[in-house]
Amino acid sequence: MDNTAAIFANRNFKIKSINAKKFALWLFIVSICMLFAGLTSAYIVKKSDGRWLQFEMPDMFLYSTLVLVLSSIVMHLTYLKAKNNSLKAVKIGIASTAVIALVFFYMQYLSWVQLVAQDIFLVGNPSGSFVYIFSGLHLAHLIGGMVFLLVIFLDTINYKVHSKSMLAIEMCTTYWHFLGGLWIYLYLFLVMSN
Amino acid sequence: MSITDIQVTDELVHDDDHHEEHHEQSFIFKYIFSTDHKTIAKQFLITGIFWAMIGGGLSIIFRLQLGFPDMDMGFLQPFLGDWISNAGKLDPEFYLAMITMHGTIMVFFVLTAGLSGTFSNYLIPLQVGARDMASGFMNLLSYWFFFLSSVIMFVSMFLSTGPASGGWTIYPPLSALPQAMSGSGMGMTLWLVSMVFFIASTLLGGINYITTVINLRTEGMTFRRMPLTIWAFFITAVLGLLSFPVLVACVLLLVFDRSFGTSFYLSEIFIGGEALPNLGGSPILFQHLFWFLGHPEVYIVILPALGITSEVISTNSRKPIFGYTAMIGSILAIAFLSFIVWAHHMFITGMNPFLGSIFMFLTLIIAIPSAVKAFNYITTLWKGNLVFTPAMLFSIGLVSFFISGGLTGLFLGNAAIDINLHDTYFVVAHFHLVMGSAAFFGLLAGVYHWFPKMFGRMMDEKLGYIHFWLTFVGVYLVFFPLHYIGIAGFPRRYYSFTNFDAFSSFVDLNSFVTVAAFITFGAQFIFLFNFFYNIFKGKKAPLNPWNSNTLEWTTPRVPEHGNWPGEIPKVYRWPYDYSKPGAKDDFIPQTVPYHQTKESNTDFENEESKKE
Ligand code: HEM
Ligand SMILES: [Cu+2]
Repeated sequence: MDNTAAIFANRNFKIKSINAKKFALWLFIVSICMLFAGLTSAYIVKKSDGRWLQFEMPDMFLYSTLVLVLSSIVMHLTYLKAKNNSLKAVKIGIASTAVIALVFFYMQYLSWVQLVAQDIFLVGNPSGSFVYIFSGLHLAHLIGGMVFLLVIFLDTINYKVHSKSMLAIEMCTTYWHFLGGLWIYLYLFLVMSN
Repeated sequence: MSITDIQVTDELVHDDDHHEEHHEQSFIFKYIFSTDHKTIAKQFLITGIFWAMIGGGLSIIFRLQLGFPDMDMGFLQPFLGDWISNAGKLDPEFYLAMITMHGTIMVFFVLTAGLSGTFSNYLIPLQVGARDMASGFMNLLSYWFFFLSSVIMFVSMFLSTGPASGGWTIYPPLSALPQAMSGSGMGMTLWLVSMVFFIASTLLGGINYITTVINLRTEGMTFRRMPLTIWAFFITAVLGLLSFPVLVACVLLLVFDRSFGTSFYLSEIFIGGEALPNLGGSPILFQHLFWFLGHPEVYIVILPALGITSEVISTNSRKPIFGYTAMIGSILAIAFLSFIVWAHHMFITGMNPFLGSIFMFLTLIIAIPSAVKAFNYITTLWKGNLVFTPAMLFSIGLVSFFISGGLTGLFLGNAAIDINLHDTYFVVAHFHLVMGSAAFFGLLAGVYHWFPKMFGRMMDEKLGYIHFWLTFVGVYLVFFPLHYIGIAGFPRRYYSFTNFDAFSSFVDLNSFVTVAAFITFGAQFIFLFNFFYNIFKGKKAPLNPWNSNTLEWTTPRVPEHGNWPGEIPKVYRWPYDYSKPGAKDDFIPQTVPYHQTKESNTDFENEESKKE
């Protein structure tokens, strides 16, 4: 053990720039960006192709967006609390982020109900199908984020999250902000094109 | 170790513990669920070889159909069952299934997973000086996702309705409508499921490769001192990371069209006189998304092969690679350009001619960095002290294929000519030379070159030479005639041409191609024997059999998990100091500091040696 630790201590100079796991997370984020870039460009290509149905975006999407922003703010405060070692606040923070996310899930569902009320179904003109795909796929990624939240929640209970061990919560916060940003992008994209 | 050290990649440290304490790992964890990059690389290699034999075998069967359409194929009934009629005829739908599987297997399972999976895994940690990949666990997942995807694809070949049959490019509406042909049913579904796992595997692998190259290089291994192999694997992984997610998007919409009734790719379709409800979609949209991956994918296939070639040619010419910086620059240029040329696969989709000429212009620009690479290989060979190992021969073969296949790309890149040649055997000839054969030769060159490190034993050179000459000549005999057949107008993916009088004068040529394909395929068994026999019985390999400069040759004959028993070596110079004027030997490994080589240093290097 000591021996290997020494070997690693020796070569820490490389790792000082950016931690390998954090870097891998960024690469993962890049690939998700490409996924949605692909989908939104498909949207643009299809739209310019004609036979396109215009409709109003449900206003519930606006409210859900605000709720997701709120969850990001809470997550960030939680992260700051972890830096101060207020573990109890961290636990509450993570739990509230998750609860707000659940509210967001429900509001997305309500938005779909509104869409259906407008006669926009998943099956039909691609302009409507795309909205379901974008929001659904975003939710799928959010589930990943919720699992991540659960992991760091358990870590916190086991005293593995504190000011000297910030990596996990930092990565989780990054991913969470990314998911928020991603949805804002999708929302603005859809609003501007409809 | 305390929690504060969590910053260090902890998985690695654990593996190291094992190594230091000499715990005997159980068989399962050592050879099957191993996190050692070297074991995972071998797993990718063996799975790749398995797939190559299946993919090659399929091509032999459909070549029989093309070369000898009147033949009685009854003898295949034991293997293919009902796909051979009682009159000894191949089922036309199964013909399509076979070409689809052949393409899918070769492009994705052999030349992407088999090539990048093997050599990126094997060489990145060894050549940058790391104990393992950044995350051994992700690496393990990457292989087992690939394995799962392989199993699913393999199973799909035994469905009674047949595997996917719409071509490796799975264009809708054929692939989107289960009722369109029998292969579009369950076979297509399994194809899609299999590809989802395949993409997950590629992304996990790619994230690992990039992270390892960025974060785990040993001291002194600057980007300007990285072997070109690593540069190629690195950029390949970046390409994969950026393009495979777009394939996910493409496939996702297809899945929704198939299973949930959406109309992304479908509009106004009649089947059996009845109109489908789908309105408003466009199959061209699929092609845009597919080729946005598809074109980078062909470079994902060829770049690692080119990287391997750079290393092998430089070592065996006993000369520094000509234009190291230009080589890196051309890899970067190719990678960048490969994202903005996809529509050259779509010239005949009725796109705006102005748009077509933009894509034509961008496509032809790719010829420049490609030519830079070809010239640099030739100038490296020029006046070198060539050592013709089998690996060297295969690398030279690769350069030959890359040039002769690349030239026809220039024709296809011209929209006006492509309108004639699209979907003919000319395209088949083009990509089998420039991508198929070239990348396959890169794979073989890599195996011959790194076999001594992988298994600690040598392969037989004589068998290697026989394998090379039969394959090299065979490939040209197979694919060169296809240019003429293509120019004559033979469309690709047709089951039979006997109904067209115009084509009757080409019957003999087609038979000739089939015979040549047989010989080429047969020659691969020489390789199989050479490979598997010498894993166990080969001569023990010396530590540095090719007098090479890179770091992997500083490890023990059979490196354990952790690669170097002591400290990781430091790097002091680039990897191409071959035949340096004044030097004692004709090679100076990367681990030799400048102050030990006063006799061959340049002024600049003497300055550097003071800092060491
Ligand atoms: C000078 C460089 C190249 C140019 C200008 C070029 C151009 C083209 C064009 C225009 C096509 C479309 C032909 C058609 O379908 O009508 C094509 C097809 C293809 N090219 Fe290239 N190419 C070049 C190099 C390469 C390289 C280096 C690779 C692979 C390593 C490659 C792999 C392919 C493949 C796989 C296809 C056929 C895909 C299919 O339809 O199944 N090409 N090429
Ligand atoms: Cu292309």
